[in-house]
Amino acid sequence: MGKNKLLQFLNSRGAIEAISLCAAVIIWEIVADFIIKNPIKLPSPYAVFLSYLKLWEIIPVDIGISLLHFGIGLGAGAAVGITVGMLMGWFRVANRVLDPMVEILRPIPPLAWVPFAILWGGLTHYAAGFIVFIGAFFPILLNTYTGFREVDKTYIDAAKVLGYKEERKMIKSVAFPFSLPYIATGIRIGMGVGWMCVVAAEMFGVSKSGLGFRLFQVFWPLHMIDRLVAYMIILGLVALVLDHLFRYFVEERLLKWKKGMVIQ
Amino acid sequence: MNHKLELRNVTKTFKTEEGELTALENINLAIKPSEFLCIIGPSGCGKSTLLRLIAGLDDPSSGEILLDGKELRGPSQDRGMVFQEYSLFPWRNVLKNVTFGLEIQGIDKQEQYKIAEEYIELVGLKGFEKRYPYELSGGMKQRVAIARALATEPAILLMDEPFGSVDAQTRNILQEELLEIWMRTKKTILFVTHSVDEAVYLADRVAVVSSRPGCLVKCAKIDIPRPRTRTSVEVNEFRGKLLTWLSLERTKACIQR
Repeated sequence: MGKNKLLQFLNSRGAIEAISLCAAVIIWEIVADFIIKNPIKLPSPYAVFLSYLKLWEIIPVDIGISLLHFGIGLGAGAAVGITVGMLMGWFRVANRVLDPMVEILRPIPPLAWVPFAILWGGLTHYAAGFIVFIGAFFPILLNTYTGFREVDKTYIDAAKVLGYKEERKMIKSVAFPFSLPYIATGIRIGMGVGWMCVVAAEMFGVSKSGLGFRLFQVFWPLHMIDRLVAYMIILGLVALVLDHLFRYFVEERLLKWKKGMVIQ
Repeated sequence: MNHKLELRNVTKTFKTEEGELTALENINLAIKPSEFLCIIGPSGCGKSTLLRLIAGLDDPSSGEILLDGKELRGPSQDRGMVFQEYSLFPWRNVLKNVTFGLEIQGIDKQEQYKIAEEYIELVGLKGFEKRYPYELSGGMKQRVAIARALATEPAILLMDEPFGSVDAQTRNILQEELLEIWMRTKKTILFVTHSVDEAVYLADRVAVVSSRPGCLVKCAKIDIPRPRTRTSVEVNEFRGKLLTWLSLERTKACIQR
């Protein structure tokens, strides 16, 4: 009887996952309290939990500011990345003109742009947004490019036979919708890189709030390690939520037609 | 002469790494309005190339193709095409696939839908308007492709082995349906196939193309009254003739090599 009920519980959705997570927290608590015994080297989960209670007022503000930086950078990265990727993927000449520059600029780590971000934008949200832009731009560009490059010739022929002559219409009605899954992948990768860039950009004090700013400019110098860990967890959770939201809205709705295409 | 379509000394060569490859050599062919012509030949004989030339997707290296007496330039809505592989736009549902060609005609949405509905009904897919291509079987996909090609009301329908990748039963049904559509719409149809059965069942006339270079070796009328029975004596006789022509071609090709 008891054994059966236990099995039933373990089979239910999310049960094993929840147990695993609880176990990890318990082990962390034990290690912190009885082995490390130094809250500076490893704060216990309980201490981290308590710090949330003290921080509840500033957490939403910091998340909001970080999302603002993220939004500016990702928005600009998507706008410019999709446009340039489309041009490079569709027009051979554009590719030859732009490719050398892209290839030279792409390997430069986004953080190397911090001095310029501050020189050009001052200590503003735009400076932080610029770093995110650099991080998000290239994955979006490259994926869009690939999408436009790989447009199936049959679709182009079919459109031609149906009377499509102008490049603009061909792009709008064939190449762009064909490339949407590629663009979505680019944006998703760009979001990941962009989020890392938010934390890094704020580390340099481009703004006076934000998750990265608080973490590096306040908690770390003051050795508030419990709060630092609290913010690390928030950074992870926000990225997780963003990714899930994106997948829900884009992959489940916008790209519904792609379902089952893999099977073919 | 009131030919719908006329090919005069059409030759097509491709540049390859080993030099020039003649895909089609000196093709002369005239098609009457509302005629159903099958082009048959072994794989790689250039019969698809021939169709692409007529569609305007490729240009002949020499010779000319006349549509209603005028030399044709590039693709246009007066020639519809159904492709061998599935060419439906996967991001559009059935209805939006069929309206694709109508969208650049500048007619309003309601009118587009009305026309599309008509053709969707014609191919027997009423009720499937909102389905996406991934939800359709192979035969249904080709039906949509036919509806899409017909929606812009082309005078000529070019079909490049359209039933090549569906199963035998579905293939028979699709052939019957195509004949019905042909009789109702009075289109001129050019149908490329490698199947002898298909050609004899469908065509008014069959053109046999040889392989490498693709030449027109035989053009014969199929004088069997419709509706045809696939197993009738006349059909079998003609099938036999056609097979002989095709195998003659094959032997010739082997000897040349």
